[in-house]
Amino acid sequence: MKRQVPLAITAVVGIVYIFQYFVPHEPVSKFSDWFSDWFAIIQAFAIWLGALNLMKLSAIKVARRKRDWIYSLVTIISFAIIVIVGLFFSGGTDFQVRGTRFMYIYDNVYDPLSSTMFAILAFFVASASYRAFRARNKEATMLLLAAFFVMLGRVPVGDMISAFMPEGLRFSNVADWVMNIPNMAGQRAIMIGIALGIMSTSLRIILGIERTFVGGD
Amino acid sequence: MVFLAVLMLSVTGHPALAQEQQAARLTDTAQVDTTALLEPELVAPATVGGISAEDTPDDAGKSITVSWELSVDDTTGKENVAQYIVLRGTSSDGPFDTAGTATAGTNTLTDGQVENGIDYFYKVIAVSSTLLPSGEELSASLPQDLYDAARASGQWYHEARTTRILPWVLVIGLSILWFIKAAKKGRELYVRPIAGLAEVEHAIGRATEMGRKIVYVPGIQDMDNVQTLAGVTILGRIAKLAAEYDAQLDVPVSRSLVMVTAREVVKEAYLSVGRPDAFNEDMVHYITDDQFGYAAALDGLFVREKPATIFYMGAFYAESLILAETGNTIGAIQIAGTAMPAQLPFFVAACDYTLIGEELFAASAYLSKEAKLLGSLKGQDVAKVLILIAAIIGVLMATLGFVNISGWFRV
Repeated sequence: MKRQVPLAITAVVGIVYIFQYFVPHEPVSKFSDWFSDWFAIIQAFAIWLGALNLMKLSAIKVARRKRDWIYSLVTIISFAIIVIVGLFFSGGTDFQVRGTRFMYIYDNVYDPLSSTMFAILAFFVASASYRAFRARNKEATMLLLAAFFVMLGRVPVGDMISAFMPEGLRFSNVADWVMNIPNMAGQRAIMIGIALGIMSTSLRIILGIERTFVGGD
Repeated sequence: MVFLAVLMLSVTGHPALAQEQQAARLTDTAQVDTTALLEPELVAPATVGGISAEDTPDDAGKSITVSWELSVDDTTGKENVAQYIVLRGTSSDGPFDTAGTATAGTNTLTDGQVENGIDYFYKVIAVSSTLLPSGEELSASLPQDLYDAARASGQWYHEARTTRILPWVLVIGLSILWFIKAAKKGRELYVRPIAGLAEVEHAIGRATEMGRKIVYVPGIQDMDNVQTLAGVTILGRIAKLAAEYDAQLDVPVSRSLVMVTAREVVKEAYLSVGRPDAFNEDMVHYITDDQFGYAAALDGLFVREKPATIFYMGAFYAESLILAETGNTIGAIQIAGTAMPAQLPFFVAACDYTLIGEELFAASAYLSKEAKLLGSLKGQDVAKVLILIAAIIGVLMATLGFVNISGWFRV
């Protein structure tokens, strides 16, 4: 029963989702909205499972002074501060209004930290590009040339240094051509494959052929 | 001579005097009508004809589509139409209220504010606008208009989707099922090797030899995303191998529901190979829902614990390169798989092996080596051939200008 019930629910919901795509009449067309709403409600309650798991593991690490326990202590203290400030010192349900203590922490702690992580991408792009764009073989050389034209074509200096060329061969136009023609063709081919893969996986899951996600073989 | 000069002046007026008098006349606003000089001429647009209203097709009802022929004044060169106003009433005699407006050049409007089963009457009028010096817009309305009646209702089947999409769905679905059946009967099916999947066992063995852990990242989306489902399914296969090789497995997740599901999957995997003692439910643990908080936590885990092998299988966004580059820095072998086209280049650049798009969904079949799962891959290939043929035909027909078949698939 432990596996049969989830598989049955999966099959029913999957078939209903497919069916409602072809039947616009109410209430059939509303099924997907209802299922999505139910999932959102379950998701909201399930956050407690994750939060409690995080606190439990962090507390164990701190209590047993395991390696790097100090980071777990920071996690627990940060979690407690945010929850207490948000629940009791930020105007109740209006805690997300500008000027509350919660939003002060959000604007001055969370936002800068998040932006910092995002900004690290700039350096990682450079290091990944340095490794990837090397002419080791034919395909890598083509990648290098394409990257060369696209990078130069996207900055003003590219057109400046190719100003003597016919208009169609200037770097910005070559970059546009690379992005709009071969790149787009490749992306579309990948997306067609993805769509078919999704279809096949969904069919296997709905029909119960693929059961790993419920703990079966 | 003097007399003649005086006579001339009296008839014609002294030139200087005449100019002064002229100026006085012009500046005397009480006497000169300036509004006639400033007020532009208002022109009503030509009548709108061919009005029709019908139930909007392929919907749940409560919608009527009104269409009309453009006014002859709504053409290049005339441009005496600013917009069309569509009026709606429940009786042909009125009263009417505004159902909506459409800009010049538009000849349809969908009215979504109606109820099913009630007759509605529509009028469409074209209005022009003339800008007064004061800045206010003056509309000159059409002197007469035409009307039509319609009733909204819901349809029990979506005609466009049923005729254009359903046949493809059935053909592809049946081919997948046919090959699954053929595989179950023992038919030998060839599937091309995928380098990333062939290396999975080596990667897990490497972790065991080095005494370091395997980190499995199932993406940052929830269980309602098919990529996460695929990632969790692959986790089951990886967990079995990890249990057999006695490697440490760590699965930090970004969603609570994924944690619950992944935990169950890993537990069953360990049980199936007879290693329940090696399973610890803290192998699968929650970090945070926040994208960059998750990336920061994983980066810290990679740098401190230096796993030997890292798997990225699921849906990723901007954090993909942050994770992959950090993993590359610590010397871990990395195998990634995602169906997010924008993130594939980052994984290809930073990881040792990458499963591209559909290979992520095929991975579970590959790793299980089960005939019925491999059969579904052959069914996908049939669909790919059909799509390829349709694409070639479509490109040829569009290039030669015969017909634009993309409209056949528009829903």
